[in-house]
Amino acid sequence: MSLDRSDVEKIAHLARLAISPDQTERYAAELSNILDLVAQMDSVNTDDVEPMAHPLHMVQRLRPDQATEPDRRAEYQAGAPLTEGGLYLVPKVIE
Amino acid sequence: MQWETVIGLEIHTQLATQSKIFSAAPTAFGAEPNTQACAIDLGLPGVLPVLNAEVVRLAVRFGTAIDAEIAPRSVFARKNYFYPDLPKGYQISQYELPIVGRGQVEIVLDDGTVKTIGVTRAHLEEDAGKSLHDDSLLGGGHTGVDLNRAGTPLLEIVSEPDMRSPEEAVAYARKIHQLVRYIGISDGNMQEGSFRVDANVSVRPLGSDTFGTRTEIKNVNSFRFLERAIAFEVERQIDLLEDGGRVIQETRLYDAANDETRSMRTKEEANDYRYFPDPDLLPVEIDAAFIERVTADLPELPDAKRARFRDDFGLSEYDANLLSSSRVLADYFEAVARASGEPKLAANWVSGELMAALNKAGLEIEASPVDAEGLAGLIARIKDGTISGKIAKQVFEAMWLGEGDADQVIEQKGLKQITDSGAIESMIDEIIAANPVQVEQYRAGKEKVFGFFVGQVMKASAGKANPQQVNAILKDKLRP
Repeated sequence: MSLDRSDVEKIAHLARLAISPDQTERYAAELSNILDLVAQMDSVNTDDVEPMAHPLHMVQRLRPDQATEPDRRAEYQAGAPLTEGGLYLVPKVIE
Repeated sequence: MQWETVIGLEIHTQLATQSKIFSAAPTAFGAEPNTQACAIDLGLPGVLPVLNAEVVRLAVRFGTAIDAEIAPRSVFARKNYFYPDLPKGYQISQYELPIVGRGQVEIVLDDGTVKTIGVTRAHLEEDAGKSLHDDSLLGGGHTGVDLNRAGTPLLEIVSEPDMRSPEEAVAYARKIHQLVRYIGISDGNMQEGSFRVDANVSVRPLGSDTFGTRTEIKNVNSFRFLERAIAFEVERQIDLLEDGGRVIQETRLYDAANDETRSMRTKEEANDYRYFPDPDLLPVEIDAAFIERVTADLPELPDAKRARFRDDFGLSEYDANLLSSSRVLADYFEAVARASGEPKLAANWVSGELMAALNKAGLEIEASPVDAEGLAGLIARIKDGTISGKIAKQVFEAMWLGEGDADQVIEQKGLKQITDSGAIESMIDEIIAANPVQVEQYRAGKEKVFGFFVGQVMKASAGKANPQQVNAILKDKLRP
């Protein structure tokens, strides 16, 4: 399976990555190689293998439902470029 | 051409927890912006989500209530998209292996027919934050972001495309709303965004078995708007198709002010979420013993209550459905029915006088000035003939105003029914003597005049004469 330029451009757009035209060509080739590797693995018979969602053979630990986090807004907002009235500000988003 | 409407709903219900789904920040509504958003909710580097045990319990509770399969193993996935109120650049949700599998609920339509609607799945996810498009912020050109809601636990309940009209869709949405409140997994508050409904709507020629192209309606925050939004959308699609056009798969926003839906974005691009299992979270395993414990802990569900009210108390399907619509109402009715021993009278009084008075006063049943015991006391006096049903309404009004219980009001106001037939007879004799013309008319066969005499007797007795006795004595005396 191979990716062409337009596939790479679409993926870059979805991931909000700015890539130049000459990079596009190179990424198309490199990503295609990765997909080829996956296709190769795909040919292995896995009938007896249980599908896994995580490499660790462990189960999710659960946390008791207690609200213990204090308000640390001032500290968090000290690192934000723009805030007002407790809000984080971003360039205007038009829907 | 005859068209058939096909509707499926996606309902996001906020789970009633103290803390968020993956962090220990509080979930209380109405806090100052960003005071309930911790490092995990902000998606700061190096933080790890840890799943809230109560969230799992509440999701399983919902699953058992709709008779669904609970996944022994479910997996969290990342849904990737970019928006300022989603700090991580992805929402943690569930994709291939949701916690709740296929189930179903029954809806009762206005004409009393019962229909089963399939629930495809219900999965856990975190809510995003809130964007405030306010031009006054820093003099304009900015959007404000409040992340208090980010990480709030949601259960997204996805239905099968089983509904065929806006009315059915509303009945289903109401049913899910009723259920989540009955079992206490959500407060269901629509104004605060705890219960949000998106509708997938399509039309197809009647008799066709393939689906038409659907649109998704968002931004509906009441049941009334849901019905209107779907009705508008169905008509828009039919007009489009009949004019030779085609429906585009897209998201549309409902604009309540103009009662229409508007295109928001086309799905092709917006929907490319590139889900993959979240490596920060391990699979969630749920064993049979846990499911058994949660099931054993369920209260009587609305459908069971409705059936019991109908079968044990002899109520109509309509009354049984109405009186089981919320747990507090059902408990109130049942207390009145049991204490008075008159389930049908209890049903009439609760769904009639009581609900009318509550609506008029804008009160919830919990705040009713007349409690279940008080209403049962009133019904007991109707039953034993102390007062008539008509006088009982006067007594109820006085009780509502805090003038005492039924016996005190009847005593103070002298409302006890007149059952002394001698007294009733002499009243009737006087009325007959005073109205010779009407007596003639009645005896000449004009039976409608009978009502006039009943009215006169009731007037003379201030409504206190026993109506059965009045009827019997009048019939007797008026006989030619």
